[in-house]
Amino acid sequence: MVASNSELAYNSKIEGDVIVSRADAVINWIRSNSMWPMPMGLACCAIELMGVAASRFDIARFGAEVMRFSPKQADVMIVAGTVTYKMSSAVRRIYDQMLAPKWVIAMGACASTGGMYRSYAVLQGVDRILPVDVYVSGCPPRPEALLDALLKLQEKVKREPSASKLLSA
Amino acid sequence: MPAEHAFPDSAAKNASGEIEAERMSISMGPSHPSTHGVLRLQMELDGEVVRKAEPVIGYLHRGDEKIAENMTYNQFVPYTDRLDYLAPLANNMAYAIAVEKLAKLEIPPRCQAIRVITAEMARISAHLLGLGAFGIDVGAWTVFLYSFTEREKLYKLFEELTGARFTTSYSRIGGVTRDVPEGWTGRVNAFCEQFLPRLEETLSLLTRSRIFVDRTAGIGVISKEDAIAYGLTGPNLRASGVPLDLRKDKPYSGYEQYDFDVPVGTKGDGYDRYLVRGEEMRQSARIIRQAVARFPGGSWQAEGARRIVAPPKDRVLTSMEELIQNFMIVTEGPQMPAGEVYFEAENPKGALGFFIVSKGGGVPWRLKIRAPSFCNLSILPKVCVGAMMADIVSILGSLDFVMGECDR
Amino acid sequence: MPAAIDAVAALKARWAGVTDRPSLDHPAVNVPASDLLGVLRSLKEEHGFDMLTDVAGVDWAAGARPRFTVVYHVFSTSRHEYVRVAADCADDAAPELPSAAGLWPGADWHEREAFDMFGIRFAGHPDLRRILMWDGYPHFPLRKDFPLAGIETVLPDAEVVAETGTGAIAAPMAGGPFVAAQGGTNMGDAEPRAKDESWSERRPKPNS
Repeated sequence: MVASNSELAYNSKIEGDVIVSRADAVINWIRSNSMWPMPMGLACCAIELMGVAASRFDIARFGAEVMRFSPKQADVMIVAGTVTYKMSSAVRRIYDQMLAPKWVIAMGACASTGGMYRSYAVLQGVDRILPVDVYVSGCPPRPEALLDALLKLQEKVKREPSASKLLSA
Repeated sequence: MPAEHAFPDSAAKNASGEIEAERMSISMGPSHPSTHGVLRLQMELDGEVVRKAEPVIGYLHRGDEKIAENMTYNQFVPYTDRLDYLAPLANNMAYAIAVEKLAKLEIPPRCQAIRVITAEMARISAHLLGLGAFGIDVGAWTVFLYSFTEREKLYKLFEELTGARFTTSYSRIGGVTRDVPEGWTGRVNAFCEQFLPRLEETLSLLTRSRIFVDRTAGIGVISKEDAIAYGLTGPNLRASGVPLDLRKDKPYSGYEQYDFDVPVGTKGDGYDRYLVRGEEMRQSARIIRQAVARFPGGSWQAEGARRIVAPPKDRVLTSMEELIQNFMIVTEGPQMPAGEVYFEAENPKGALGFFIVSKGGGVPWRLKIRAPSFCNLSILPKVCVGAMMADIVSILGSLDFVMGECDR
Repeated sequence: MPAAIDAVAALKARWAGVTDRPSLDHPAVNVPASDLLGVLRSLKEEHGFDMLTDVAGVDWAAGARPRFTVVYHVFSTSRHEYVRVAADCADDAAPELPSAAGLWPGADWHEREAFDMFGIRFAGHPDLRRILMWDGYPHFPLRKDFPLAGIETVLPDAEVVAETGTGAIAAPMAGGPFVAAQGGTNMGDAEPRAKDESWSERRPKPNS
């Protein structure tokens, strides 16, 4: 009996061109290696964020060099700096405008907890207004620390059940 | 023009019979690549022309002045790092000198020379970033990469000296944190040697670039009178033709010993501001080399600083007197006389001033920070009017401000 | 610094209300609010102090008389000297001074800041609004009776508040900042302790 659809049967001619994998693995592989950051540069940490993008540290090695100030094109928001109450609504609105899936890195002590600014004007941690995936300590964190945070986030993305999320969405 | 696209007869016309289009309101920022942080401009546009620009600031107001009233003089030093976070070493120095004026401390020459070297390195680093960001604003990405390469070399030197890349807290009241490491001044000199040719190379990307000149020359012109009336300081004031440099005119920390020129612009436009900053970097390198060449020996801490800074840790653990001293400084803070002092230092962005009202004791009653970026930005409503929308980016880049300092 | 000293002497000769103010550095004068604009104008136009570098409000604590003072620093770009001019606000409940924005346009933002932080009003100011805090913020943060941690307030953006359910809370001081009481205390009292803000988000403030 000959199969009517030859594509379903074994075909030695395309051997090597086909890789069998799980959908999750493929989707996550693609997502984690092309994370476009939304640089929410607010204060001092933004300078280190620029340093990460510049020549020595070169975040392009990890596929995240495409800094996009347009939230529609960004995947990961890097909150770099002190979030004040006055700024908090703008941060939240920009986060809301980002398309899912989206992640957040809180870079530095101020974004994580309010840091050394325990005062009337400073939001005590950006996680009060939006969900944070990775916190980076330091005031400011070294560029290497931000790169490490990016790698940590990639690890996290690789464990996500992306396919079932896509199907249930 | 097809009839359906023509303006209806009822369109408003002004006195000279021209059709007045409806004005458009645009909010630029607080998250915008060319607002260098969190400045927001609320603008009214008539076509492409800006008719009204209202800066909205305060998005980075962190309450520094209130914090200062709640801690001792020494504890506030790290907060000065984060005012103009492009030049923390210069901020530390300005704050330290202001408090030293209050405490009437004489600073030994070696400490003064260290401070001058660090402040000028901070100036180079701040201007490099300003230059790189200005380049990005007008479409020259390469300049940013070149200037950051040099900044990383500076950061390496800062890190060796202070332990941090840019939140240094290095100049303390009555001295500096520690003496310079062995061979550090030689490495600073070596940096200056290789920096000057690299600076020329970087500047040559812009100075004669047709695109850059078109985007900056004649854009954002600030007259001499306006610059003074709005309290502009630093390169922005000098570009408008006022030769005011506090290092020259009101010397502090031994600046009178060094030979350097103060570049002054003629037109007060964005191109002049760029040229002034470029020349200031060369002059800073000149000052650094002089200071390194005649680097004085002696103490790096003032004689009277013993009553202000905590004693060395090994002495605290072995000597009763130092233990008590340490306890007093931690509990009460350094005891300062009552009175009022005001000190301004020539920082990269302009005159950074500290006004301290003391009632005695270890905590300032009121500490007002006179931020140069705050004053420099207050001229925006005037200078933006009549400019094209695309020039706003160029004007902002040429004013080179830092919001951390503006909002405090 | 002869020019500044001369200027101060001339001011004192012309206005009876102008008196010397104790200062550790630059010449300084106290000026009654009614003479403030005249003194500033004279400094600017007759004595060459053409730049207003700083305007600082000072709160001398609730109950002090006068409670609010505004300190101006003027600078001469030709002679490179400063003069400090201080004016007390007559009314402690509704402090007010004349605005210097007509003399120096740069005073505009400085005065808005003093209004924002202290609630000092400047008569004749073209556009006296908050500048650092958001419009509608109910307190004046740099007043001495305002705690560093802040007071619970609603955030300005109603949509974001509805979405996130947060507002401006008093910052959890968690035992900090460690400071001694100000000046002239004995050693026992001077031990560093948390100011009366040593509560956290989970533990409510005691006795309130």
